[in-house]
Amino acid sequence: MKKFISGLAAVLVTTTAAFAQPNIMPALPQGKPVVITGAMIHVGNGQVISNGYIAFDKGKITAIGEGAAPAVTGAEVISAAGKHVYPGFIAPITDLGLVEVESVKATLDESETGNMNPHIRTLIAYNTDSKVIPTLRSNGILLAQPTPNGGVISGQSSVVTMDGWNWEDVAYKTDIAIHLNWPVSRTGRGFGGGGFPGAAAAGADAGDRTQKEIDDLYAYFAAAQGYATIGKPAVTNIRFAAMAGLFNGTKKLFISVNNSKDILKAIAFIKKFGLKGVITGGNEAYLVADELKQNNIPVILEETQTLPNRTEDDVYLPYKMPKMLQDAGVLYSLTGIGFWRQRNLPFEAGTAAAYGLTKEQALSMITLNTAKILGIDKTVGSLEKGKDATLFISKGDALDMITIDVETAFIGGRNVSLDNLHKQLYKRYAEKYNLKQ
Amino acid sequence: MRKILLLCFILGTVIRVAAQGTFPVNGAWDTRPGLYAFTNATIVVSADQTISKGTLLVKDRTIEAIGPGAAIPVPKGYIAVDLKGKFIYPGLVDAFTGYGLPAPAAGGGGFGRGGGGGAAAARPATPAKTGAYGWNEAIKPEVHVGTTFTADVARAEALKKLGFGAVQAVNRDGIVRGTSAAVTLGDEPDNLVMLKDNAAANYSFSKGSSTTSYPTSLMGTIALLRQTFLDAAWYKTSKDEYNITLDEFNKIQSLPQIFEVTDPQSVLRADKIGKEFGKQFIFKTDGKEYQRMDLMKATGGSFIVPVSFPKPYDVEDPADARNITYAQMKDWELAPTNPSALEKAGIRFAITSFGVDNARDFWAAIRTAMEYGLTEKQALRSLTEIPADMLGISAQVGTLAKGKHANFIISSDNLFKANTTIYENWVDGRPYVVSKMDVLDIRGNYTFNMDGSPALTLRIGGTTPAALDATIIRTGADSVQARGTLTRNGDIIGLYFDLRKNPAGNVRLSGYISGYSPVTMSGEAVMPDGTAGRWNAIRKDTLANRGGRPEAAKTTPVTGPVVYPFLAYGNAEIPKTETVLFKNATVWTNEKDGILKNTDVLIEGGKIKAIGKNLSAGSAKVIDATGKHISAGIVDEHSHIAASNGINEGAQSVSAEVRVADVINAEDINIYRQLAGGVTTSHILHGSANSIGGQTQLIKLRWGKSPEEMKFEGSDGFIKFALGENVKQSNGGGGGFGQNVNLRFPQTRMGVEQVYIDAFTRAKEYKAARAVKGSTTRRDLELDALVEILDGKRFITCHSYVQSEINMLIHVADSMGFKINTFTHILEGYKVADKMKAHGIAGSTFSDWWAYKMEVAEAIPYNGKLMHEVGVVTGFNSDDAEMARRLNQEAGKAVTYGKMSEEDALKLVTLNPAKMLHVDNRIGSIKVGKDADLVLWSANPLSIYAVAEKTYVEGVPYWDMEQDAVKRKALKAEQGKLIQKMTEAKAGGAGTQRPGGFGGRGPRLYECETTEADLDQLIGGNH
Repeated sequence: MKKFISGLAAVLVTTTAAFAQPNIMPALPQGKPVVITGAMIHVGNGQVISNGYIAFDKGKITAIGEGAAPAVTGAEVISAAGKHVYPGFIAPITDLGLVEVESVKATLDESETGNMNPHIRTLIAYNTDSKVIPTLRSNGILLAQPTPNGGVISGQSSVVTMDGWNWEDVAYKTDIAIHLNWPVSRTGRGFGGGGFPGAAAAGADAGDRTQKEIDDLYAYFAAAQGYATIGKPAVTNIRFAAMAGLFNGTKKLFISVNNSKDILKAIAFIKKFGLKGVITGGNEAYLVADELKQNNIPVILEETQTLPNRTEDDVYLPYKMPKMLQDAGVLYSLTGIGFWRQRNLPFEAGTAAAYGLTKEQALSMITLNTAKILGIDKTVGSLEKGKDATLFISKGDALDMITIDVETAFIGGRNVSLDNLHKQLYKRYAEKYNLKQ
Repeated sequence: MRKILLLCFILGTVIRVAAQGTFPVNGAWDTRPGLYAFTNATIVVSADQTISKGTLLVKDRTIEAIGPGAAIPVPKGYIAVDLKGKFIYPGLVDAFTGYGLPAPAAGGGGFGRGGGGGAAAARPATPAKTGAYGWNEAIKPEVHVGTTFTADVARAEALKKLGFGAVQAVNRDGIVRGTSAAVTLGDEPDNLVMLKDNAAANYSFSKGSSTTSYPTSLMGTIALLRQTFLDAAWYKTSKDEYNITLDEFNKIQSLPQIFEVTDPQSVLRADKIGKEFGKQFIFKTDGKEYQRMDLMKATGGSFIVPVSFPKPYDVEDPADARNITYAQMKDWELAPTNPSALEKAGIRFAITSFGVDNARDFWAAIRTAMEYGLTEKQALRSLTEIPADMLGISAQVGTLAKGKHANFIISSDNLFKANTTIYENWVDGRPYVVSKMDVLDIRGNYTFNMDGSPALTLRIGGTTPAALDATIIRTGADSVQARGTLTRNGDIIGLYFDLRKNPAGNVRLSGYISGYSPVTMSGEAVMPDGTAGRWNAIRKDTLANRGGRPEAAKTTPVTGPVVYPFLAYGNAEIPKTETVLFKNATVWTNEKDGILKNTDVLIEGGKIKAIGKNLSAGSAKVIDATGKHISAGIVDEHSHIAASNGINEGAQSVSAEVRVADVINAEDINIYRQLAGGVTTSHILHGSANSIGGQTQLIKLRWGKSPEEMKFEGSDGFIKFALGENVKQSNGGGGGFGQNVNLRFPQTRMGVEQVYIDAFTRAKEYKAARAVKGSTTRRDLELDALVEILDGKRFITCHSYVQSEINMLIHVADSMGFKINTFTHILEGYKVADKMKAHGIAGSTFSDWWAYKMEVAEAIPYNGKLMHEVGVVTGFNSDDAEMARRLNQEAGKAVTYGKMSEEDALKLVTLNPAKMLHVDNRIGSIKVGKDADLVLWSANPLSIYAVAEKTYVEGVPYWDMEQDAVKRKALKAEQGKLIQKMTEAKAGGAGTQRPGGFGGRGPRLYECETTEADLDQLIGGNH
C-alpha cells in the first residue's frame, strides 16, 4: 500500500480538490417506471436469473423474474440482452468523501485528535462534491460507509448513497456504528524479527501496556453503559450519550482488529457488554472462525489484493481468506482500502472468486452480506421486490476488469451520471491528439 | 581484595610491577624473578602437538622452556608446581572484542537509527569533524585503538574466565574504523599489555555515531567506501589538498583487513568491494555461513565467527509461535552446525567469544559445535593459532613455545570435555585463578551425629569440588530426605536444613573441617526451638561418580537441510532447467502472429525451441495446456523488491554513484510471491527521494540463486531520476521524507531544473578535464555515472508526474545533450504524449493510481491508453510488492479504461517494458530463440480469474502451484518438528527467547518514497 502521507500542514492548498465538477449533475428523482429486460440478473443472494427482467418505480423494485417482463404502463424499457444487472456495490469502512488528497492535510477529515471520540460523526464531513465519488460510481459502487479512523474510539459512521447535492441528500442510514481500534498486542519485537534496541526488554512492559488499554476500555464502556441507564443525568456527557445506542442495540460496535488473539479478546468484550459487534480488518479471522460463528459476529475483510503478513503464509492467503470464512459459516464482507482505491472493490471480490468463492458468493460479499452487516439489508443489497432500485447494468461480468462496463446505474431509481473527471480528461486529450475513443 | 591464589602461601598478594618500565616507583622496587616450573602436565603445545608428563618453565613474562619432563630439569629458584593429571593449553586468542574501549556509540546497528538517522537532519553535508579531515565522519581511518586503549580489569577477568589470554580490541564505530590493537589481558600498565598497536584495519557497513547525513542506505555506504578507495589512491600523488583521513587510509592498507559483516549476503558485498580494489578481507560475521557455504568458500576469505547460537523460542502458545519465522527456527536448529560446516568446507576461521558473556555459555556453545561435528583440533586452532595468525601475533601467542608470551591455561582435563574445570589462566607469566586448584574435595557420604537426634546420613554432592549440595537422610520409621543448604569458605562450614518433623523447622549448623583422614567436620547446632547442641560428621565414603553423570557418547544430532534462499519456500535443491512441451494452449506471442489458439510451445535448454501445432515431444515433459494460456513472463519496469537496507540514498540531491547492484537481496520472499504472479524480470530501482538517484539493477527472479546470479547478465545500465514532490520534499514530516526537510536543495520544481543543469555542467567539465593527457583530476563516481549518460552508455528512467516537469526535463536533456529513456509513473504522460513520442521516450505508468498526493490529482486510468495511441512505448509498472504479483490484471485495466485491445494490453507488462529496458531481444515475447521465461495461466492472463499455475525463468520452473502446495505441507511439518525440538530443548533446561509481535516481522517493503527513516517511524508505530 502507498504510504499515506500526512503531517506538516502543507499550506499550498487552495486547490481544485474540494470543488465539484460543475458539469456532473446529481440525478433527478425517478420520473417514470423503468423495466430492464433480457438481462442476466445477479440477485446478490447467490441466485442468478438468466434472461430476466426487473421493474422499478418510485425508487422501489416492483417486479423481478425470468422471461418476458410484464407490461408496465408508461415505463421506459431498457433492453439489456446479453448484459448483466447487479445490485449496487457497497463500500464499507472507507474514508471516501472525508479525504480528497492523501498527502494534503487540509483535505483530511477522517481522523480526529484524541483517543475517545464516540461523539464525532463522519456524515457531516462527507463531501458529496469530491471528485473521487464519480470514479467509484462508474464501477458500480453505489453505497458507501464513510468511517472515521482516529484514536481508540474513532467516532460514528453512516451509510450514504453515492449521488446527491449535499450530505443530507445522501444520508441513507445515519450514525449506524461506533468504531473502535482494538489495542494491538505488542510483544516488543520489531521489523524483520530482528528486534531493535531495547525492544526485547520492553516485551513484558508492552504486554502490560496493552492490557492496561483494554482494562481502560472495559472501564470506559462500563461507565457509558451506566450512563445510558440514567434517565436525566445531572451533568451531560456527550461522549457517553453518543454511545447509548450501543447498549440498546440501535448502534453496532465495529472493532478494527487483526491478530487472532486480539480478535478473541474483542469477542469477549462484545459479549461482556451484550453488543452487536462487527470485526473489521480481521487478518487472522480465519484462525478463530469457529468462535466468530458461535457468537454470530461478522467480519469485514480489508482487501484481498494484499500481501500475506507472514513469510510462511500461503502466498495467496489473502486471496483465499473469503473462501475460508465462507466455509466456516461466518458472515463476511469486503472493503477495498482507502477511498480512491475502492473503485477496485469489484476486482478485489473477483480475486476471491479466482481463489475459491463462486462468482455469486463473491458478489454477495460486496452487496447483500455488506448490507446485512451494516443493517440496511431490508432495503438494499439484493435485487428483490420492495427493495430499493439501487442497481446497475454492465455489458459484461462486473467482477472482472476486462469485462466490466457499467452503462447505466440507478440509485433508488434515479438514473445517476456515470461521467467523471477521468473520462472528461480522457475525452479532452483524445480530442487533442485526434484519437478515436 | 584479590582472590587467594595458588601460590599465596609464598607470595601473599601479588603485586603487579613492570619488570623494567619507564614508570617511576613509589617506595622500594619490588621486582621479582617470576620463575615457575610446571611439571607432570599434559601439555597441549598446539593443535598438532601434545606432550605428556611435560614441563613448562616460565621466566617472568615469557616461556623459557617446554618439553618432556625428562628433558627439562627444574632449575634452582623456580617455584615448582606439580600438575599431575592436569592439562596445559595455550591461552586462547579472541580476534574480535571491544575490550579496553568505550561501548560502541549509538546507532551502531544499522541505518538511520539512533545517532545516525536522528542527527542526520542537522547536517546535510557539512564536514562533521574539525581539522583537516575528510568530509564524511563515518570514514575514520585516523582512529587507532592503540592510542586510546586502556586495560579494563573487570572485562579482562570475564575474558580470562573463558580462557582467553590475548584479544584484538576493535573500535566498532564507523564504516572505516581505523586500526585495532592486539593486547594481552594482563593486569598490568597499558604500556605492557600491547602486543601489536596496529593489528588490523577495520571496516563495517554501519556508519555508527557519524553525524554526517550521508550515507542513509547500505548502497550509499558501499558507494562511499568505493569512492574512498579511489580518493585515497588519488591522494598519493595529489598536491591539491592536505587530508588526514586519506593519508591515514593509505597508511592502514598494508595491515590485515577485517570487515565486520552479518549474514552471507553482506559477506558477499564486502568481498565484492574488496576484490574491486585488490583486497582480501577477513570477515567477522554473525555465524550464518552455513546458509551459503559454497559462496563463502568462493570468497577465499578467512572468517571470524561467534558461537552465540540462538536460544530456543517460547513456542508453547501456537498463536505466539506463529510469530517466529521459519528462518529463525531453522537458524536455531542449524546455527550450531556453522563451525563444523566451515571446517568441512576447508575455510580458515577463528572463533570469537563475541556475543557470549559468560564462561558456561561459551564452553557449552563450543561443545555444542563439536557435537555437530567441529573437531577438537579445529576448535583449538580456531581459538589460538588462527586468530593469532590473522592478527600477526603468532610469534607472541597462539601456541606454547620458547620465547612466546607465558599465556596458558591449566585445566583439570581435556579442555573440551564437559566437566573440565579451568583452574588458572596465566597471562604474561601472571596467574589468574578461575577456580582453585587442589581444593580438598569434601564430597561423599558422612555419618552425621547431632545432639538430640538419632544418627543421620549427610550426603555432600555436586558437580565440582567447589559447587556443592547437601542432602540429609534419616532412615527408619520417620524416614526423611531433606535438601540442605551448604556453604563452605575454606575450612569453615555452614549448613541448614529442615527435616519437616522431629524437629520441624530449620536446623542451623556452623562448624569447620576438624580432621582430614577421614574427613571430619564438627561444630555447633541450633535447633528450631533455639536450643543449642553439638554436631559432627565423619566421611564414610567418597561418592562413586563425583563428576555427575558420565559423559554419554554423543552422536551428531540430525538436522534438516539448508534451503536456498534461507527462508520459507526455499529449496533444498534449486530446480533445474526443464525441457517441456506445452500442448494445445492459447499462446500470447506478442509477435506478429498475435494470439494463437490450440498451439504447442516447446522449451529446451532455457530457450523457446518451437511454437506450432502438433509439435513432437521427443524427450520433453508434456504438459497439457488445453484451455490454458501461455504468455511471456511479466516484466516489472519499476520495482523495489529484493534490495537490502534502503532503496533511497536521499541525503544528497545527486547520488548517481550509488548502485542497487551492490545490495541485491536474494532472500526476499517477495521474489517467490511475484513468481506466483507470473513475474520473471524486475527492474530494481533506486527510490525517488532525490533528483538524480542511483544506478538500477535488472534481475531475473531466479529464486534461490545468489544475488550475483539473479542479475540479468549483459543488460544495459540504467539510472533513476526523479521529479516533483518527492525530490522537493513537499510531503515531509509525519510520513514521507523525514530527513532534511526544508534543508536540502531543491524545495521547488524551479530548483529541480537547476540541480540537473548543475550536475550535467559539472559532468561535462569533468569529462573534459579527465580527457586531458596526464590529468590529475580526481575520479568521481558520481560524475562518472553522469558522463556515462552523456556518452549514451547509461539510460535514464525518470520518476515523474506532472506535465510541466516532464516538459522541463525534456528541455534540459536537449540542451545538455543527453537522452531520456523512460519516464516512469508519468501519470500526466497523457498530457505530453506527443512530446514524448517526438523524443522517443517510453512511458511506464500505473494503471489506475491517483489522489494519493497533489501531483496525481489529474492522474487518470486512461493514461496508458492515450500514450499508447499516440505512439509512445507504454508499460504498466508496480512500484509495489503487492501490485507486482498481479500486473497482468493491472494490464487488464487498460481494457477497462479505454478499451485497449487485449493483445496490446498484455504487452504493457511484457514486451513493452522489455523494450524500455533494452532486453526485448531476449524476453518479452514468445518467439523461437528467446529465453523460456513463460507463464502458464489458468485463464486469459488479463482476467481477474487468471491464476499463474507455473512460471518458468529460462526453462526453470521456479513457481509451480502444485509444487507450492507440497512445499506448504512440508513447511508445516518441518515447523512442527522444529517446535517439538525447541520444546524439548526448553524442557532440557535451555534458556529461551520470546517470539516476535504480530505484523512486525515481515520483510521490509520498499516503494519509491521509502527511506530508512520512515521505517524507523514504522517501527515506532508512528505511521
